[in-house]
Amino acid sequence: MEVYVGEFSKYIIAALMVLYTYESFAVFRYDNEKRRNGIYTRQNILMFAFHFFCFLVICFETGDITYLLFYAFQQIILYAAVVLCKMLYPRSNRLVMNNMCMLLSIGFVILTRLDMNKAVKQFIIVTGSLVVALVIPFFVHKFKFLKRLKWIYAMVGVGALSVVMILGQTTYGSKLSYSIAGITFQPSEFVKILFVFFVASALYEASGFFEVFTTAVVAAAHVIALVISKDLGSALIFFIAYVLMVFIATRNYFYLFAGIAGGSAAAYIAYQVFSHVQVRVQAWKDPWSVIDSAGYQITQSLFGISSGGWFGLGLYQGTPDSIPFVEADFIFSAIAEEMGLLFAVCLILVCVSTFMMFMHIAASLQDNFYRLVTFGLGVTYIFQVFLTVGGGTKFIPLTGVTLPFISYGGSSVLTTVVMFAIIEGMHIIQEEEWEQMKKPLRKRKTVYRDTDPAGEEFEEEE
Amino acid sequence: MKRKNRRGKVKKNKEILGVMWVFTLLFLSMSGYIVAYSVTHKQELINNSYNGRQQILIAQNRRGRIFSADGEILAQTTEEEEGEERREYPYQNLFSHVVGYASNGRMGIEAQANYYLIHSNAPLSQKASLDVQGEKYPGDDVYTTLKVDLQQVASNSLGIYQGAVIVTEPATGKILAMVSKPDFNPEEIADIWDDLIEDKESSILLNRVTQGLYPPGSTFKIITALEYIKENPDTYQSYSYNCTGSIQRGEDRIQCYHGSVHGGVGFERSFAKSCNTSFANIGLGLDRKAFSHTLNQLLFGQELPVVFPSGISRVDLSEETSDSDMMQISIGQGTTSITPLQLNMITCAIANGGVLSEPYLIDHVQSSNGNTVKGFSPTEYGKLMEPKEADVLKGLMEQVVETGTATRLKDLSYTAAGKTGSAEYGTVKGESHAWFTGFAPVEDPQVCVTIIIEGAGAGGDYAVPIAKRIFDAYFGV
Repeated sequence: MEVYVGEFSKYIIAALMVLYTYESFAVFRYDNEKRRNGIYTRQNILMFAFHFFCFLVICFETGDITYLLFYAFQQIILYAAVVLCKMLYPRSNRLVMNNMCMLLSIGFVILTRLDMNKAVKQFIIVTGSLVVALVIPFFVHKFKFLKRLKWIYAMVGVGALSVVMILGQTTYGSKLSYSIAGITFQPSEFVKILFVFFVASALYEASGFFEVFTTAVVAAAHVIALVISKDLGSALIFFIAYVLMVFIATRNYFYLFAGIAGGSAAAYIAYQVFSHVQVRVQAWKDPWSVIDSAGYQITQSLFGISSGGWFGLGLYQGTPDSIPFVEADFIFSAIAEEMGLLFAVCLILVCVSTFMMFMHIAASLQDNFYRLVTFGLGVTYIFQVFLTVGGGTKFIPLTGVTLPFISYGGSSVLTTVVMFAIIEGMHIIQEEEWEQMKKPLRKRKTVYRDTDPAGEEFEEEE
Repeated sequence: MKRKNRRGKVKKNKEILGVMWVFTLLFLSMSGYIVAYSVTHKQELINNSYNGRQQILIAQNRRGRIFSADGEILAQTTEEEEGEERREYPYQNLFSHVVGYASNGRMGIEAQANYYLIHSNAPLSQKASLDVQGEKYPGDDVYTTLKVDLQQVASNSLGIYQGAVIVTEPATGKILAMVSKPDFNPEEIADIWDDLIEDKESSILLNRVTQGLYPPGSTFKIITALEYIKENPDTYQSYSYNCTGSIQRGEDRIQCYHGSVHGGVGFERSFAKSCNTSFANIGLGLDRKAFSHTLNQLLFGQELPVVFPSGISRVDLSEETSDSDMMQISIGQGTTSITPLQLNMITCAIANGGVLSEPYLIDHVQSSNGNTVKGFSPTEYGKLMEPKEADVLKGLMEQVVETGTATRLKDLSYTAAGKTGSAEYGTVKGESHAWFTGFAPVEDPQVCVTIIIEGAGAGGDYAVPIAKRIFDAYFGV
């Protein structure tokens, strides 16, 4: 009996994921939320079916029915999130919401399988984050002064990172976190958002050489603090976000290429100077020669990914525990091993679909500040996914960042939920801009004072 | 945003969409990479000793069986009373190197097919009922291309000699027999392991067919002849030489085997009689650069296109090679070395019109209920030489049987062709390995054998009779 359940559930889980992924790209056939409603409803059905099925398998494999209770709590929270978001913010983007909930439920499933205690902790943090997130779109929408806080963003950001750099406790060779009242924070996660707001507020009005230069100094302060703390993954994310945001703000390819060239040079110097960077690169180039030391994690991760095959070994059938820190840095490998390559690739594609929606929202926004924020957060998100998936699969050197929504880690999940909520707020703003635009010209309010001339383009269509 | 009414359309920011597509492409290539890497490295990764997955599979499935092409069990795992498993090899020493062993590390097919042997594709219904009984699932069975009768004949014929025999099908690359001596009993590997490891001189575990590097001796004249034909396509037949029993360049002197004097010889007769002095003379006239190229084509100095471990044969030839070294190379002496496997591959290519089929040992893998899990079919590696050149070499090798050093294969119910060799080794004059490589029947080669007997003496006297016995067994004579 167990054999049948294990074997068939693999295919059902993969099939649900494939269908969900298909729908998350089918969304882009329409440029109008109303027409997408059918797709969104199908997505909701698929994600709840997936979630239910996985927990059924978990109960069956462990023989412990109490997991269903845990499942029920998760389901209530995710369902409430989907429904409340729709009710409170009719103009929110439901793809972003659905994908977030789908990724969260994948995270719950795999964390429950790996470590029940961590899954429960994660669940509590997710619940708290979702509550916080419910009010965020409202604030983003109403608080116009967010544009003017650039020095506050910069000071808080650099300040928090410096505190970590100086005082922070060392977790596995990198100074990443500090504790207040027993709760451990990893500020580099939250500072990501502040940093994007800083760059956007510094560049949305004018993006001449002076502005680019001053932001560059602040950006460098962030990146250097992170490099000294040995948090190379975050340093890279900040750097890429900065370079791309400058490119979008200025529309100047020179900054893009200069940024890439500068980054490559800095990476080369870092490789020469820091031994821990050399170790990482060595472990990436040939992990087999250092399988006992620096290459251990990555080779165990590769074993996991390759042993699953297209449909995976099935939940509880693999050995994801053999990968150190599997629930944080290598969660993708655990998913690939037990749920299969097909599922894992779909997971990547769901992240890409989310990112594509972010970029569409950003590209459609007329307000320069909001556009930059949305773009910056989107790039931050997708680049982090790239670092963690690429690092765990030997596509790029390992940097040790989390897979948003899925990896265990309170700071990471809270930050990403907040990020998504901010983008929901941006979507509401974009929808409003659109409503404004549809009104006859004379009735238009002049809400585009901040907009740069290049961004405000209209076109008559037959 | 297609709207039927005439309203404004938002023009989306092109740069942002550009960044979107760059990332999307990056992710697509990463996904492709992940899938490709996992699929192509699957077996290699499972076999890595650091992979704990393997232990789980071993605990879950009973190691599959290994069969010969004619359905005989070559290896199987049985359960003893206390639930302990035992790997049995019904033929004991006979398949020691080629089938190998699965404890104290792994070797041979046990290593090569480990992935299949530890996986089970038994039907779910069978797995479910075994679950109830608390038994292991049957691992998948591996069917080899090996034939018990040929293996037996080859092994018996080598007798107590050290050496190697490989029998293959030239058209397909199927390996029908592979014998390396001295051999061992794989069931006793755990007991003899410590002694074998301690004794640094011992080469019992070495598969001499695939990894033994021997001086090719006169069998190398096939290659020298090929190069001569390549360089003199129209005039090679008019080659003539007067053999006085030795040839000298500076201080170096090449002699014919056992002091023979062949007198006036043409190209064909030089080859048939295996005249060292004539071939040294041919070698002196060869273009070193072109020869290097030919050796390259024949896979010298390279990994062979086989999935099991194999030695790398070598010939030290460059444009600076001296005349005296050239003479040594032409007759397969000096620092030149070759594996019996590679000589067999070259012979197969000659028999097969110049085209090499990659040698292989595993025909298919099937699950316990007889479903084919994975089939292996012949793979053409490519041309080692032109069909015309292969034809000429075939004719030369036929003459070796008709009038030369392998006349023991003459006037049989089948026709045969080949080349003998007596490769001198060590410092004592006159000690030599006996070689034969050849195929039969000449008109339509079906079987190809390569034999080396260490320290036996002349190839024609010792290796050719073994070839005859193998051919006889193959054709059922």
